[in-house]
Amino acid sequence: MIELQDVTKRVGTVTHIKPTNLKLEAGHFNVLLGATGAGKTSLIKLMAGLDPMASGRILMDGKDVTRLNTQKRRISLVHQFFVNYPHMSVFENIASPLRVARLPESEIQGRVEEAADLLQLRPMLNRKPNELSGGQQQRTALARAIAKESQAVFLDEPLANLDYKLREELREQLPELFAGRGAVVVYATSEPEEALMLGGYTGLMDDGVVTQFGKTSEIYRHPSNLTAARVFSDPPINAAEVTKAGTEAKLQTGVRWTLDGKAAALPDGSYTVAVRPHRVLPKRSNKHEVELRGQVLVTELSGSDSSAHFRLGDVDWVSLSSGVHPYKVGEDHAFFMDPTHCRYFGTDGTRVA
Amino acid sequence: MRTENQKAWFFVLPVLFLVAFNALLPMMTVVNYSVQETFGNNQFFWEGLDWFEQILRSERFQAALGRQFLFTGIILAIEVPLGIIIALSMPRKGFWVPVCLVLMALPMLIPWNVVGAMWNIFALPKIGMLGYFMNDVLGIHYDMTQDPLAAWITIIVMDVWHWTSLVVLLCYAGLVSIPDAYYQAAKIDAASPWSVFRYIQLPKIKTVLTIAILLRFMDSFNIYTEPFVLTGGGPGNSTTLLSIDLVKIALGQFDLGPAAAMSLIYFAITLAVSWVFYVVMTKDDQ
Amino acid sequence: MAEIKLSHLRHSYLPNPSGPDDYALKEIDLTWRDGGAYALLGPSGCGKSTLLNIISGLLAPSEGKVFFGEQDVTTLAPNERNIAQVFQFPVIYDTMTVRQNLTFPLKNRGVDEATIARRVSEIAEMLEVTEMLDTRAAGLSPDNKQKISMGRGLVRDDVNVVMFDEPLTVIDPHLKWKLRSKLKELHQRVQATMIYVTHDQTEALTFADEVVVMQDGVVVQIGTPVELFERPQHTFVGHFIGSPGMNVLPCDLKGDRAIFEGYDITLEGPLTARDGAPQIGIRPEYISVTSTGLPATVTKVADVGRHFVIDAIVGNTKLKAVSEHTAPDAGSSVHLTFKPDQTRVYRDGWIATEARK
Repeated sequence: MIELQDVTKRVGTVTHIKPTNLKLEAGHFNVLLGATGAGKTSLIKLMAGLDPMASGRILMDGKDVTRLNTQKRRISLVHQFFVNYPHMSVFENIASPLRVARLPESEIQGRVEEAADLLQLRPMLNRKPNELSGGQQQRTALARAIAKESQAVFLDEPLANLDYKLREELREQLPELFAGRGAVVVYATSEPEEALMLGGYTGLMDDGVVTQFGKTSEIYRHPSNLTAARVFSDPPINAAEVTKAGTEAKLQTGVRWTLDGKAAALPDGSYTVAVRPHRVLPKRSNKHEVELRGQVLVTELSGSDSSAHFRLGDVDWVSLSSGVHPYKVGEDHAFFMDPTHCRYFGTDGTRVA
Repeated sequence: MRTENQKAWFFVLPVLFLVAFNALLPMMTVVNYSVQETFGNNQFFWEGLDWFEQILRSERFQAALGRQFLFTGIILAIEVPLGIIIALSMPRKGFWVPVCLVLMALPMLIPWNVVGAMWNIFALPKIGMLGYFMNDVLGIHYDMTQDPLAAWITIIVMDVWHWTSLVVLLCYAGLVSIPDAYYQAAKIDAASPWSVFRYIQLPKIKTVLTIAILLRFMDSFNIYTEPFVLTGGGPGNSTTLLSIDLVKIALGQFDLGPAAAMSLIYFAITLAVSWVFYVVMTKDDQ
Repeated sequence: MAEIKLSHLRHSYLPNPSGPDDYALKEIDLTWRDGGAYALLGPSGCGKSTLLNIISGLLAPSEGKVFFGEQDVTTLAPNERNIAQVFQFPVIYDTMTVRQNLTFPLKNRGVDEATIARRVSEIAEMLEVTEMLDTRAAGLSPDNKQKISMGRGLVRDDVNVVMFDEPLTVIDPHLKWKLRSKLKELHQRVQATMIYVTHDQTEALTFADEVVVMQDGVVVQIGTPVELFERPQHTFVGHFIGSPGMNVLPCDLKGDRAIFEGYDITLEGPLTARDGAPQIGIRPEYISVTSTGLPATVTKVADVGRHFVIDAIVGNTKLKAVSEHTAPDAGSSVHLTFKPDQTRVYRDGWIATEARK
C-alpha cells in the first residue's frame, strides 16, 4: 500500500501539487486520470522519489519512505517513451534490475523468461531494442517492471505512443499481467475510456489536486462535483444552466422537464444540469425523453460510435451513439435526453442531486 | 523540470577545487606580478597600474594586437563560409559518410607544433614541396622567410587547413539532425536552394555555428605554437602575433611585470569579444 | 485540381524484388474523384506512407503510373505536381513570422502581391490564426504550428491535392478533436482533393468520405465509414475498425450452413463461390445475452461506463459481446444469440456470404 499524507510539490513559487491525501492499494489498478498538465506525472514522480516534496509524508507498506532515495525504493517506472538500453539485448534489458540486485543467475533466467512469456517476447530475447517495433519495445519495458517484482509499479501513459489497436490489446492484458503480484500499480492516463477499461480504482486529477478517488465505475456514475464529471468524460460532458421551480426544470432556451426524487426536493433556484453524451441520442426510445433540437456543428465517427456536437441556446451539446451515423454539418437535428440520467450541481460545483 | 535538491552542489565541489587550483591560482599570480617590478632575487617593488598604462600606450603592443585581429578576422572570414560550404556538400548517408568524416577529422588530430613543423618544411623554398613547386615550377617568387606577405599567406593557409574541419564537423552535425520533412516541405513550397539554406539549414545550424565561431575565435586569437614554429614571428615582426610577442617579453626579456599586465589585457579582450559575440548571436532566441 | 488515378502501382524498396513479399505495395489500382476527402487507414508498416510518398512524388514507384487528370505525373518532381503536404511533425520556417510562412509558397511561385495578401488573410481567417499573423512562428504551440503548415498548403489555389501524413501525432489529446473537425470544415470550404494518412480509425472515419483500408501493402477495402463498419469485406477491416473489433471465429461449413462449436449458425444469406478456410465474422454489438442460444461461460465483464464488454467462451473459442444495460456476472453460464443479418462467413479472410435482398 502507498499512502500519501498532505503531500505537496512546489517549484519556485508555483504549486504543482496541492495538499494530497491518497491510499493506493495493491491487487487492482489505481488510475490517475486527468488532462495534460493536471499533475499526474508530478504525483508519480513524488511517489517514485524522483522529485522532492515541499511537505507531507509518503508511506509504503506502512514504512515512511519520504526521505528514501529512488534507488532504495523498490519501484518500477514505465514511461510514455520507450526507454530501453539500446546496446543490450531484450533479455539483458529485462534482467538489468535483477543484475543490479545481484540475484543468482538461475533465478534471473527464470524470472526473465516468465516475464517474456507473459508479454510474448520469447522469440525476441536475443534482439536489440532498435530491431523491435514500438509495441515490442514498450512490452520490453513492461517486462522489466514485471520481472523486478517491485513494491510499486508506476505506469505513466505507457500506451500513449502506440497504434490504437495495439493499445486496445495491451490495455486488456495489463490488469491480468499485474494480477496477484502484490505490487501497487499506479497508471496515469488522459483518456477516460482507458480508465474504464482498466477498471480498479481511479483518482480524478485537475489542476494539481485529486478531486475524487474511488472505484472506477462508481465515480464514473456518481461524480461528487462538476469538475470530476468533466474530467471523467470524453467527449465532454454536457453541462447547462437550469432553473428549478416546483417540480419543473427549465433550460434557458425554454426546454423543460419534470423532476422527481432528490432533484424535486431541492430548493427552487439556479443549478447546473449535467448529462453524459451517450444519454443524448439521435432517436427517441421512450416518451419521457426531452427533445433537444439544435444545429449540428461538428461530427465525429470513431468506428463503433458516432458523435455530434450541436448548439442549443448558447451551449454546445454532444450526443454519442453506437454505430456509424453520418450527420450533415449545419443541419438542424433533434436529439433526445432521458431526464432520469441528469445530474444536478449547485453553483459551487458540488453535486446536489 | 527543476529540482530543489541541494545535494548536487556537493558533486560540483571537486571540480570547483580543480578550477581554483588550475585557473584561479595562476591567474592571481599573474595579477600579483602585473602590479609589481622585480629585478630577480625574489625582490618586488610596487608599481600600481603603471605596467598596464605602459603596455596600452606602446606601439609594439598596438601593432601586435592589430596583427592579431587581422589574423583572426581573415581566418574566420575564410573558415566559416568554407566550413559551411563543405558541410553542405558532404553526403548525408551512404558509404562515403565515414570516409568524409575521417578525412575531415585527420588534420585536427595532428599536434600544433607538428603542424607548424610540417608546414615549415613543406613551404621552405628549395627544400619544401610547396616552395619548390611555387618557385621552380610556376616561377612565382615565394619565400616566407623573406617576404612578409608570403609568410602571412602561409600562416593563414595552414590555419585554414588545420581548423576548417572543426567548423565542417559541427555544421555537419547540425545539418544531419534536420528531419527530411523540412526538405520535402521546401520542395513542395517550390523553395529555391538559397531559400532552403537561408530559411531551413542556417536557422537549424545556428546554435552549433555559434559554438564553432566562438571556438575558432578564441583558438585563433590565442594561437601561438603553429606560427611560432612556422615563422617564429618573422620576417621582422610581420607575423609576431600577440601571443608570440607576450612570450618574447616574458621569457625572452624576463620582463615579468609588463608580460603579466599584457596577459591580463589579452585575457580581457578575448573575454569581452567572446561575450559580445555570444550576446549578439543569441539575442533573437529570447 | 484533378482526379487522381493510380494504375497498376507496385513498389519495392529492394533493387531486385523476386516474390510478392518483397513488395511494400502490391498492385494498387484506384481512382479518386476531384474534390473528395479520402483517408488511407492501416497499422504501421502497411504501406500507406509509401503510397503517399508515391503520390506526392517523393518516391518513384517500381511499376505502374500515377495520373493527375489526364497528365501522367509518375516521373515528375514534387514541386512540378502542384501538391501540398502536411507532415507528422509541424514543418514551419522558424525564423519567419506566421504571415511570411503563409506567403512563402506563393512568393516562390511569383504570385502577385495583391493575390498573396488576399489569399493569406482568407486562409488565416479560416484557420483562426489572424491575430498571430505577425508573431514569430517558432514560439507557437504545436497545434498552431500544425495549422500554419496546413495553411502553407491551402493558400495555393493551384493545388491538385493536399496530403496529410498523420498530422495530429504531436497534438495534445484534448485538442485533437478540434483540429479533426477543423480539417473537415476546411475540406468543405476549399473543395480541394484531400488525402489523409493515419492509423487512427477516428481520424480516418471522421475526415473521409471514403476510406482506403490497407494491410501488408494490399488495399483490403475501399468504402464509406458506414460500409466499413456495417459490412467489412475482410476480417482485417472488421477487426481494425471498431472497438472492440469484430469477432473472428473458426467454423465448419455444411452446405449453406455454418457450424460453430457444434452449433448451427444462421447467416445473413447464401455463401458465394469463394474458397478457403472459413471463419464467422460478427461484431460484439450484434451478440446478445438471451435465454436460449449458444451456451457460453462468462470469463470477464468490463464496465466501461456506457456499456458492458463481456468476455465469454463457447466450447474452446473466446469471443466478446457488448451489452448496453445489464451484464451477467463473471463465471456465470449464459446463452448467446448472434444477430443473423450481421453474421457473415469469411474465407481466407475475404467475405463469402451475400446479404439476402
